Amino acid sequence: MSVNLLIPTALRGFTNGQSQLELTGATVKELLSDLAQKHPDIAPHLFDETGAVRSFVNIFVESKNIKNLNGLDTSVNPGQTVTLVPSIAGGRS
Amino acid sequence: MKSSDKPAPKEKSLPSLTPSEITRYSRHILLREVGVIGQKKLKAASVLVIGAGGLGSPLALYLAAAGVGKIGLVDFDLVEASNLQRQILHGTKDIDRPKVASARDRLLDLNPDIEVVTHNVKLSSQNAAKIFKKYDIVADGTDNFPTRYLINDVCVLEKKTNVYASIFQFEGQVTIFGAPDGPCYRCLYPAPPPPGLIPSCGEGGVMGVLPGVIGSLQALEVIKLIVGGGSPLIGRLLLFDALRVSFNELTVEKDPNCPICGQSPTIDAPIDYEEFCGLGPKNEDPAEPISAGELKDRIDKGDKLQVIDIREPHERVLCPFPGAKVVPFGQLARRMDEFSPNEDLIFICKIGQRSLHAIRALKRAGYPGRMLNLTDGLVAWAELDGGPAAIY
Repeated sequence: MSVNLLIPTALRGFTNGQSQLELTGATVKELLSDLAQKHPDIAPHLFDETGAVRSFVNIFVESKNIKNLNGLDTSVNPGQTVTLVPSIAGGRS
Repeated sequence: MKSSDKPAPKEKSLPSLTPSEITRYSRHILLREVGVIGQKKLKAASVLVIGAGGLGSPLALYLAAAGVGKIGLVDFDLVEASNLQRQILHGTKDIDRPKVASARDRLLDLNPDIEVVTHNVKLSSQNAAKIFKKYDIVADGTDNFPTRYLINDVCVLEKKTNVYASIFQFEGQVTIFGAPDGPCYRCLYPAPPPPGLIPSCGEGGVMGVLPGVIGSLQALEVIKLIVGGGSPLIGRLLLFDALRVSFNELTVEKDPNCPICGQSPTIDAPIDYEEFCGLGPKNEDPAEPISAGELKDRIDKGDKLQVIDIREPHERVLCPFPGAKVVPFGQLARRMDEFSPNEDLIFICKIGQRSLHAIRALKRAGYPGRMLNLTDGLVAWAELDGGPAAIY
């Protein structure tokens, strides 16, 4: 059984418009490598040159931010939902 | 409740309600959670609404209807026809009027008992604190990263609670920043995305009802902070996906290392937010421009060039550019082998911004050929004879 990754609208341009993906991995890092392998265009938007998660993207395992867990080494279990939440600024215009 | 940024006024110091106000607000007063005291608190409250657009429309309308005594409005734009699909504060007759003037008229028509103060200015590091000081609560309904970070920082420095909402296409985010002991925007997002990754509503589109849903939730949180009670969205980020019709609640913790609200803050005054967001002059990597007229001349002459259209499929349907090679922004670097470095590449998008970022991205990826940016994009092209009939 795989892990469900929710892709926000702002990043769907890099996943052929798909809003959720079934991926495999025991940690967030493994899950995102699976994502980057299947959708290579998304990688530069999630990670900087050093491989760290970019500061305008938050990753949640269920409702918890991985910043408050074990970062990219946070473990994920089959059936869990991981959500990518980039900052969005729209509202006035 | 702990969330209010100043002690709730003592009951005795609250303003009294007139008989007509008691009638007008009776459906609130009948609620045990609001009552006469809650309604008086609303009358005594002042809220600064930043942005009289998509989010600011339902937000300001509901705050006015609820009897918030003083509503400040910050915006410097004029009403445009393309605003009316979602900005329900404004009407067709208001096109070309300042948004704050149109909004003020609408709010006072809805509720003449309140005070509406207009700030027809661009919010800046110089004027924000002075404006914020006059209000109890700030509600951020703006549309760009520099202003969002400015609002956050000034709210933290001035100890104002910031009821935050943002939208993109079919998605919305709502939370409360800057409450005592609660996280701030920088705790969640220490830095903004680089320019070009996320198109604006003008380029990316937005479902008109979306700010209606999200701005109404923002109004609800403002009213709860004033009246007290309930569980405000402090430390909780509410996500709404209009396509799936799903709400998702995520936990946001205060960051002890946050540069402005953490244990050892390094920011004690507003900074240059354009620079911070990568939009300052130092970050400008000038791309060679080409005007719509020059491009047309070169095409008419049969010059060797390749026009690259990086827009989304639905945009191309609205305003096609015949003969252009279509390469979505996200695939540019990967597909640069498809371009011939011997001919000029002309990058086009709606307003000439995403195309600029496309050129920068390709330069970073090492593309060796000459690249030009169509200045002001298809909007400029549409103004030429022979251009498409309508721009979107």
